[in-house]
Amino acid sequence: MKVTESKLKLPLVTIWNVVNNQNLENMTFKEIQELIKLVGKSNLSEFKITTEKVDISIRTDSYNKGGKVMMAPQMMAPAALSSAPTSPAPVAPTVAPAAKSEGEETENNFIQVKSPIVGTFYRSSSPDKPPYKKVGDKVAVGEVVCIVEAMKLFNEIESEVAGTIVQAVVEDASPIEYDQVLFLVDPS
Amino acid sequence: MFEKILIANRGEIALRVIRTCKEMGIKTVAIYSTADADSLHVRFADEAVCIGPASSAESYLSIPKIMAAVEITNADAVHPGYGFLAENAEFAEICTEYGIKFIGPSANMIRKMGDKITAKETMIKANVPVIPGSANLLKNVAEAITNAKEVGYPIILKATAGGGGKGMRIVWKEEDVEENWNKAKAEAKASFGNDGIYMEKFIEEPRHIEIQVIGDQHGTVVHLSERDCSIQRRHQKLVEESPSPFMTRNLRKAMGEAAINAGKAIKYEGVGTVEFLVDKYKKFYFMEMNTRIQVEHTVTEEVIDRDLIKEQINVAAGHKLEGKNYIPQLHAIECRINAEDPFNDFRPNPGTITSFHSPKGHGVRVDTHVYAGYTVSPYYDSMIAKLICKAQTREECINKMRRALQEFIVEGIKTTVPFHLQLMDNEKFNKGDFNTGFLNDFELKED
Repeated sequence: MKVTESKLKLPLVTIWNVVNNQNLENMTFKEIQELIKLVGKSNLSEFKITTEKVDISIRTDSYNKGGKVMMAPQMMAPAALSSAPTSPAPVAPTVAPAAKSEGEETENNFIQVKSPIVGTFYRSSSPDKPPYKKVGDKVAVGEVVCIVEAMKLFNEIESEVAGTIVQAVVEDASPIEYDQVLFLVDPS
Repeated sequence: MFEKILIANRGEIALRVIRTCKEMGIKTVAIYSTADADSLHVRFADEAVCIGPASSAESYLSIPKIMAAVEITNADAVHPGYGFLAENAEFAEICTEYGIKFIGPSANMIRKMGDKITAKETMIKANVPVIPGSANLLKNVAEAITNAKEVGYPIILKATAGGGGKGMRIVWKEEDVEENWNKAKAEAKASFGNDGIYMEKFIEEPRHIEIQVIGDQHGTVVHLSERDCSIQRRHQKLVEESPSPFMTRNLRKAMGEAAINAGKAIKYEGVGTVEFLVDKYKKFYFMEMNTRIQVEHTVTEEVIDRDLIKEQINVAAGHKLEGKNYIPQLHAIECRINAEDPFNDFRPNPGTITSFHSPKGHGVRVDTHVYAGYTVSPYYDSMIAKLICKAQTREECINKMRRALQEFIVEGIKTTVPFHLQLMDNEKFNKGDFNTGFLNDFELKED
C-alpha cells in the first residue's frame, strides 16, 4: 500500500485514494497500521469503512474532544471503484453517497430503477397496447416494467425491486443510456 | 463528408479525434463507461452516451452497446481509435451491414493482415522481404540443417507452442545445430508438452522501424516515412521518434516502396503502419501490419506537418490522395507518460491526480485526457499523456524533451517521467545507438 508522504495535513482525497486502491479484505497488519497513521495525520476524528466482509473503525484523539469531523464512505467489493464519488477535489469532510448498481436510494427513500442497456425506451409492448406500469401501480420483483429497443431487438426490462411506481422519469420513445433512471419506486 | 461521427474509444485518442472533427465541422458523439463519466472526451463531444459499467467487455468492447449508441444518436460514421475494436473485423463488418462507415480498412483487409501466416504469404507475393524461415515444423536435424543453409546463419530454433523465450535457441554455425536442436526440443516438451520446432533467421541487433502508410478508395497508397520504436519494455513501446537515427535515404526509399507494395497488395484503405525489423546490416524484414491509427501517429504529424486523423476521415469520405510520399522535415520524439512507478518495476499506479502541470512552449505538444482532480482508474491502460517535442535536429529535440520533462509535474500518482528524464541523459540514446534490446541493459538510477 502506497502511503503518500506530505508535509501538509493530508487531504481527504489521499485517504480516499489509498482506500480506493486497497483491496480491504486482504489488508495486512502493516497496511492497517499505515491506514491508522494516515487517519491520525489528517484532521478527521473518526473514519469508518464497511464492506461485506470487513468493518474498519478508527477514532482519533479529536473524537473525544468534541467537534466531530467524520468520514464514512460505504463501499462494496472492488466493483465499487466504478461508482466512486465523482468530485474528487479536496473538500470539507463529507459523507460519500452509497453507490449500488440497481435500485439506489434517493433522499425520499425512493428506489431508482435504472436501464442496464442503451437504446430507445418504450412504456408498452406496442403502440396500441397500454403501458406496462403507470404511476400508482404496484410492481413485484421480476415484473416487466418497460421495453428498451436496440438494433431492432426488443428487451424486456424487469424490476429488481418491489413497491409502488411513484414516477415515470423518461418519456415514451426516448433514447436512453446505460444507468439512466427510468422509474422511481416507493418500496414501503 | 460525414455529418456525425461516433468515437468508439476513450482517453486521449477519443479527445484527439473529437478535436479534428470539431475543426472539420463534423458533429461528435462520445461513448463512455460509468468509470469514465468525468473523462475529458465526454465533456468535449457534442453528445455523449453512457454505454456500460467499467469493465471493457461490457462497454468499449461491446459491439451491441456501441451500435445501439450509434442508432439512438444517428451517427453516420464510427471512428474506432486504437486498441479495443479498432482491428476487429466483425465490428467493421457489422458497421457496413448497418450502413455506418467504419473509418478504417474493410473487414477483409483487417483479416488478411490479422493472421500472421496469411500476412506473411501475402507479403511474399507482394515482393516484400519477410523473415526467412521454415514454412512448416522441422522433422529432424537434417531438415534443420538444410533449411539453415538456405536461410543463412545465425538462425533461431523456435518452439511452435512457445512463448516467454522458452524453447528458443540461437544457432551460429552448422556444427552447433544438433546440440541446440536437442536442447530446444527437450525444453519445448517440458514447458509446453509440445516439442514441435520451426526456424527463422535470427535478426542481429534488430531495430523496430515502422513505415506509416495511407491508402484511398481509388487504389493510391503513399508512405509518410518511418518511426523508430526500438525503445521497448516487454514489447511495449515507450519512446518513438522520426526520422530514425539509423535511417539512410536509400533505406527509406526501399522500405517505403516495400510498405506501399504491402498496402497495394490488399488494396488498403485508410491509415496503416507496416512494421519491420531492421538488422545491423540495414537489411529489413516484414514483421506485421497494423490496420489502424497508432498511438505514435503524432510523431509523424510533427515532422511532416499533416493532421493524420483529418487525412483518415478524408479518405474514408472518398477523397483522393495526391499520390505524394512525405519525408520528415524536422526531428520529433514522443515519450509515453504512463501511470506507473518506474522504481518499482513499472508497477501500475492508478489513483487521483491532485496537481497537473504539463509542459508548454515552442516545439512542445502534449496529448492528454487527464487534469488535476481526475482519477486514473485501474480498468484501462496506464497511459495518461503523450509528450511530443520537435526541433530542427535530433540533439535540439532531446534538449527540448529534457526541458519539457523537467516541467512536467504530476502529483497524486507516480508516473514514468523520471524514467524518461534518465533516458534523455543516456549516452547510447543520445548517440542513436540502440536496438530493441536496449532497455534490457538500461539501469534506472534510484531517485
